[in-house]
Amino acid sequence: MSVLAIPVDRWRRPALGLLGVVLAAAVVEALPRLGLVDERFLPPFSRMVTGLTEQLALAEFWTALGQTLGGWALGLAIAMIAGVLAGVVIGSVPLLRAITSSTIEFLRPIPSVALIPLVVLIYGSRLPSALILIVYAAFWQVLVQVLYGVADVDPVVRDTARSYRFSRWGVIRSVVWPTTLPYVVTGFRLAAAVALILEITAELIIGVPGLGRSIGVAQSSGAVTETYALVLFVGIIGVAVNGFARAVEKRTLRWHTSVRRDLA
Amino acid sequence: MTVILDVNGLAKTYTGHGRSVEAVRDLTFQIRKGELVCIVGPSGAGKTTLLRCISGLLDTSGGRISLDGTAVTGPPAGMAVVFQEYGRSLFPWLTVRQNIELPLKEKGLGRSERAAKIDAALEAVGLRDSADAHPWQLSGGMQQRVAIARAVAYEPSVLLMDEPFAAVDAQTRADLEDLVRRLWHQLGVTVLFVTHDIDESVYLGQRVLVLSNRPTVILEDVPVDLPDERDQLGTRSSAAFTEIRTHVYELVQKAKQGHRPGGR
Repeated sequence: MSVLAIPVDRWRRPALGLLGVVLAAAVVEALPRLGLVDERFLPPFSRMVTGLTEQLALAEFWTALGQTLGGWALGLAIAMIAGVLAGVVIGSVPLLRAITSSTIEFLRPIPSVALIPLVVLIYGSRLPSALILIVYAAFWQVLVQVLYGVADVDPVVRDTARSYRFSRWGVIRSVVWPTTLPYVVTGFRLAAAVALILEITAELIIGVPGLGRSIGVAQSSGAVTETYALVLFVGIIGVAVNGFARAVEKRTLRWHTSVRRDLA
Repeated sequence: MTVILDVNGLAKTYTGHGRSVEAVRDLTFQIRKGELVCIVGPSGAGKTTLLRCISGLLDTSGGRISLDGTAVTGPPAGMAVVFQEYGRSLFPWLTVRQNIELPLKEKGLGRSERAAKIDAALEAVGLRDSADAHPWQLSGGMQQRVAIARAVAYEPSVLLMDEPFAAVDAQTRADLEDLVRRLWHQLGVTVLFVTHDIDESVYLGQRVLVLSNRPTVILEDVPVDLPDERDQLGTRSSAAFTEIRTHVYELVQKAKQGHRPGGR
């Protein structure tokens, strides 16, 4: 019985997840076919898929995808490095933490899209526009997580490190960083999603080259199916990004309570 | 024998939030090189405060502590602490071997020297086979062995133990007590062992320092005239053990009732 139960349990979640996708696709297929929605505005799902396969054959599509992923990765990398460095430094110095906390709370909720007029004035529809929006949005996600992480160092672990006379750098490298790592990974996952949203937004609104601009062009030229196909593909990128972040999490946090299997 | 740890007129008053609490009033005692001394007292007697002051983790409000003739102002080089909370004192992201190695790395020892000390320490606490496990994969008693191995490998001139066995079961506790006696014999290290368990203090120590209630002073310095070879069954059932144990027990009861020597 139990021998059978294990694989059933194991496949249950992915199987249900897949079922959800199939159902959603079936609804999108059925709505226009049954005439409940005008298919000029919502083509059936199968036609979106066909539209997507046609896209996959075009060189422009792959160029745009490369531009999107490139901008996303670069912006994310800058936000990660800046967020981690600033977080560790601010979090390690109580005075700095006290001075900056109100400023951070003020700047953090400002939506990145509110900066669009500003970046358009400075950089126009070039890559730096997208980068600024991405970095601004993703940086806070990382910074706040890292600040939580640095504050989470166990006092007993801190005492242990102090009693063995760890140097300041030794404490950061061997105590603060491993404690903060789970938070960094969470920050990465949040930032990766936000960065993708801002990259597409910058392309769509400002016209920075990439898939977002392709969507905008398709939409304004009335190519409804193509528009949906591209949107669908952006969604797939989002899922892939999240899956990638989770894989990174599993690998780096083998020892953490959220991943490990304890003896007891 | 030379005095290795000299505590003279130690006082500690906690201040903050507009009130002050006098935890330790006046503690004076000496520990000679190679001794095994236990400190016992009623709960809330400031045992942990005392130990944190000696280990340099906590600033004192008065008096002098010196280790090997050098005043203690921060965690001193020749001291290692075994904390009660072994589960939190060990670094969960490191293996057993890496946990023992980290303080040696911070001390600046070379690779081969570290390896030799780690192997010796693991052998001494009987954990050869668990070197590559993570601490959380081990039982509580084994985790505390790792913490002891880490302290022993550091080769301190004084080993401080803060109620190290308060959180393990009775059988494991007896094993660990014998381990401490054996390591003390083998390595010739000076041990200061803080406990709330009267039997444990008499079984382990050559002397038992009994503390008063708060603000703490020393109630009595009780010599333990028991044979050097001790075993859980024979020693604990001997008449001499019972006599010393009864005496210490009465002292602790007096301390609880607020009895203080010379009206201090």
